[in-house]
Amino acid sequence: MRRPPPPPRPHARALTVWRRNVLVWRKLMGAALAMNFGEPVLYLLGLGYGLGFFIGEMAGLPYLTFLASGIVASSAMTTASFEGMYSVYTRMVPQRTYEALLATPLTVDDIVAGELLWCATKSLISSSAILAVAALLGAVSGWQALLAVPAFFLIGLCFAGPAVVMSALAPNYDFFEYYFTLVLTPMLLVCGVFYPVDALPAALQAIVQVLPLTHAVALVRPLVAGLPPEQPLLHLAVLVAYAAAGWYAATALVRRRLVS
Amino acid sequence: MERSGYVVEARELVKRFGGQAAVDGVDLSVPAGGCLGLLGPNGAGKTTTLRLILGMARPDAGSLRVLGEPVPERAERARARMGVVPQGDTLDPDFTVEENLRVYARYFGLHGPAVERRIRALLDFAELAGRAQARVQSLSGGMRRRLAVARALVNDPELVVLDEPTTGLDPQVRHHLWARLRALVAEGRTLLLTTHYMEEAERLCDRVVIMDRGRVLEQGTPAELVARHVEPEVVEIRAARGEAVPALPGTGACRIETVGDVRYCYTHDARPLLAALEGRGDLTFLHRPANLEDVFLRLTGRELRE
Repeated sequence: MRRPPPPPRPHARALTVWRRNVLVWRKLMGAALAMNFGEPVLYLLGLGYGLGFFIGEMAGLPYLTFLASGIVASSAMTTASFEGMYSVYTRMVPQRTYEALLATPLTVDDIVAGELLWCATKSLISSSAILAVAALLGAVSGWQALLAVPAFFLIGLCFAGPAVVMSALAPNYDFFEYYFTLVLTPMLLVCGVFYPVDALPAALQAIVQVLPLTHAVALVRPLVAGLPPEQPLLHLAVLVAYAAAGWYAATALVRRRLVS
Repeated sequence: MERSGYVVEARELVKRFGGQAAVDGVDLSVPAGGCLGLLGPNGAGKTTTLRLILGMARPDAGSLRVLGEPVPERAERARARMGVVPQGDTLDPDFTVEENLRVYARYFGLHGPAVERRIRALLDFAELAGRAQARVQSLSGGMRRRLAVARALVNDPELVVLDEPTTGLDPQVRHHLWARLRALVAEGRTLLLTTHYMEEAERLCDRVVIMDRGRVLEQGTPAELVARHVEPEVVEIRAARGEAVPALPGTGACRIETVGDVRYCYTHDARPLLAALEGRGDLTFLHRPANLEDVFLRLTGRELRE
């Protein structure tokens, strides 16, 4: 029997990996922010106003508010997933950035921790941008919505780990399509982003209740809509558990790929 | 410097990949100061040995100390005092020349005015001062390699490890880089490099270690190895237009090796053979002193390696 891999043991210098990514992002900040603002504007205008015109209210909320609060949560998921797959894989394999980092005092555990923090940071940036757009469109109830900002970071962290796991396993970029098609897109469709979870058949609801995006949406929606959050500790606990498990698995698998 | 006087001490080092031993009981002692060359054909275990020294591969058996630190247990501490020029290109394409050095220094926990001064000095050393703001993609192959060397020096390392530093570079660039590397030795740093260019080893290295099939075959100064393993003079003889070289008088005292259409005559006294070759317009020949390449081929064989 092989023993399980030891838990991650990053050092404070993991932050230099996070900092590297911040510096690169800053160079392209204009384009990145335009994307962060542009896409959700289209979604909120197109779906929120267009579909909202026919739907009116959903689960007691104006549809624009319902949709915006779902999209800020799901955007944290997709942002961290993209970064943890395409960008991390690029640095790990074709660009050989990690090989250069491993010639310094940095360890694999430092690299993974730095990358996960960065994925979560990007989620925070992009979801905050959407929240600002939603506020301008009148879909946000009040300052209470700012409480959702730290949640964006946690949601990002929760999805960054599995994405980095995919990168550690990927033979090429095409591999990520499976994860999008089989994992992320289904979650986007059933976890309460576009309609309430209780509209689903009972059997499916049981499954949906263990998916992290369900808890991300359930945590963020009341904060954005100005309602009292229900079971916030449960949602936080689920997101933290996914983040911890993902961190552990990502560290173990990247170690295996980079240090033989 | 380390108490033992060695910056790398490997004993009975073994590394297997799926049952196949890439490094198979290597003893290696790299003395402080000077340049040590690790030579060997493809697959000899040179790069794996370097990866073990960096802590990027975990040995299956044996012990290893680098700059006095046990590796891989405390490889991070050893790496803090090492510089690495990897095979190929691992420069960060998202940054300029200067940013590559600055960001890399941060990974060592280094920043501030002292680092900025060091970056200026390294850009001068690498003759890249005029390209400080250039993107890495816009650099030529030689410039990129010089930047990789500069980056390896950003933490003022005691030991610099270079994996095939001049592979793929044109002769001008190679000679230039050799001069830079000799300057590092003159500063008192220790260089450990792998190469399969014997000329490079002879020009740069005080000591060489010849590896093959995961083992150390021989080590010493290039001159020692030549004296120990091959006769001092070589005559290479080639027949015109692909014909076989005929038997010649005067080759009796020679050790002869034939590779394709070339006959190599290794001897202590080439005069009788040279006399026999006098006036043979059908043959071309070259009389030269024996070198490290002759030793290398003698020890590792002349058959092709995949």
